[in-house]
Amino acid sequence: MLLSVQDLHVRVEGKELLKGINLSMEYGEIVAIMGHNASGKTTLALTLAGFPQYQVSEGKILFEGEDVTSKSIDERARMGMALAFQSPPAIRGIKLGHMISLSAGMNPWQPKPGDDPDLPKKILSKVNLEPEKYLDREVNVGFSGGERKRSELAQIFAMRPKLMILDEPDSGVDIDSLKVLGNSLQEYFRTEKCSMMIITHHRHILQYLKPSRMHILSGGKIALTGSYEELMPKIEELGYERLIKEAANE
Amino acid sequence: MSDEWRKKYRLEALQAVTKRSAYGNDIDLSDFVTIPKGGADLDEDVKRRSLEVGVDLEGKKGGTYFQVDHSVLLSQLASRIKGVEMMPTDEALNKYEWLRGYYWKALSVSQDKYTAIAELRQTKGYFIRSAPNEKVDQPIQACLYIGTGGVLQAPHNIIIAEEGSELNVITGCTADSRAKTVAHVGVSEFYVKKNATLVFTMIHSWSDDAYVRPRTGVIVEEGGTFISNYVMIKPVKDIQSYPTAHLVGNGAKAKFNSIIYASKDSIIDLGNRIYLMAEGTSGESIFKVVSTGTSKVYNRGQIIGQNRNTKGHLECRGMILCPTSSITAIPELVAEHSDTELSHEAAIGRLQEEQLHYLMARGIQPEQAIGVLVKGFLDPGLPGLPTRLQEEIRSKLALLERKSSPQEPC
Repeated sequence: MLLSVQDLHVRVEGKELLKGINLSMEYGEIVAIMGHNASGKTTLALTLAGFPQYQVSEGKILFEGEDVTSKSIDERARMGMALAFQSPPAIRGIKLGHMISLSAGMNPWQPKPGDDPDLPKKILSKVNLEPEKYLDREVNVGFSGGERKRSELAQIFAMRPKLMILDEPDSGVDIDSLKVLGNSLQEYFRTEKCSMMIITHHRHILQYLKPSRMHILSGGKIALTGSYEELMPKIEELGYERLIKEAANE
Repeated sequence: MSDEWRKKYRLEALQAVTKRSAYGNDIDLSDFVTIPKGGADLDEDVKRRSLEVGVDLEGKKGGTYFQVDHSVLLSQLASRIKGVEMMPTDEALNKYEWLRGYYWKALSVSQDKYTAIAELRQTKGYFIRSAPNEKVDQPIQACLYIGTGGVLQAPHNIIIAEEGSELNVITGCTADSRAKTVAHVGVSEFYVKKNATLVFTMIHSWSDDAYVRPRTGVIVEEGGTFISNYVMIKPVKDIQSYPTAHLVGNGAKAKFNSIIYASKDSIIDLGNRIYLMAEGTSGESIFKVVSTGTSKVYNRGQIIGQNRNTKGHLECRGMILCPTSSITAIPELVAEHSDTELSHEAAIGRLQEEQLHYLMARGIQPEQAIGVLVKGFLDPGLPGLPTRLQEEIRSKLALLERKSSPQEPC
């Protein structure tokens, strides 16, 4: 098993935001996490990635069988967990090309023998960002919504992770960008067989990735789990709240 | 050289030898020697240190002026570069009588004890001049090197960009790491003539036992542009400098960019003053600093608007990495005309945790991530600087990323 989240309780500034999450993921599996705003989706993503302000008060996170609950953000990343941020910060003075090299574990200012200097270029092409235009752009500075999401993908592709945690890769992007993102992820999954946890509000991105399972979060808990084919039409018909209520009644 | 004409400066200087500077700690210079000891060689350490400040002694890059302590070891002239001449200042003053009209004209010899001592105990310095209408592509490089402990280096530099010319000068000032307790009170006078452009890049790389009091005056004539890029990333004992630009001709411009990495117990008191004297003149000073260790940084800035349609802007951006260090921004705007537009902006804060975590989420260890962010914060995109020099400064900043300096204990 790649990931096992056991009875995860998380507090931020004293307030409990996750109240006992249990979920697991296999190698090469795609799982979708859905749910209304403030249901705990991003909290889950940032907790998995190890952000220190998200304090695990109970439960644990196992990655490839190893307890990573108290490991730092960078340790988890190097173990193979990669987070694509929902709203990544802009960083002045750091070029996207350099950021991609750094994400790949290289030092752009002091390359080692064997480092591929063309890697950033190749990866930018994979997410449809023209290398000539984007290699020297400062990370996320002046990027549109779609450009930010693609820059996120480029960086985590460079990490060659075992698990991608994609926090709303489709929010705030136009239909063209959505297509690019969907195709890039689909292609990456096909070639790398990397597991993906996709947090989203919309079915569009899922049409490209066809998750094997979906979890619907509500109030910091998993309220409902099912297959994409089973749950997606119901979400669209009833909305989260009614769907959860009806499922509870059943 | 017959020194008769200099007598009045000497006399003025004598009146000011005990005059304290308006800013910074008072340094007692009486124990430092200015008698040339001679014998300084261009050994490997000298070559390495000068490369660190961007000066290539192999001379591939263009004209080179190289001064160790007081002896000029190398003055590969501009005979190789069309349109420029470069030589030790005393030689130039002998050669050109007209140059006396530029001596102590951009700043006053009696400004304080440091200008006075620079006159009384002058140790060479360089003269660089671009001929009228010459666009000099190759940067001219100069290096002032202190190789002996206890030495006071007091060069007097004069740079003239003649009418319509373009000149690019890179100067490195450095001290041998083995030289204990050194002092530098360099005087620099810059004259930018009508429609000329002078880009002056200074890389300071002192030892942590160096007392530094540069004194700089700039005069920019009509349509002229003066751009100063100042970089200091190594520790220094105590530096104080307040270069002042006088924009005397209509439409003249001055821009100062400073990039400082303050570490250890460095005391750094730097600023820029710009007088917008003529119509349509504009000035800008951008100061970026990162402080660590127990360093203390003061960024002063003053823009004085004295004519119509003038514009000035001061900016200080500070990142404080250690709570034991401090950054103080002291901007002053003085409007002496109703049609002047002056602004300042200062933002000092700690490293943004959000950015640090973002880099760590890419698998970058925190120490390296801090280095990358510091480098990014200071990385300027210096205007008017040839790509090669830009890259050189970047590679110096990259040292911060690679080395452990940001982790230096607070």
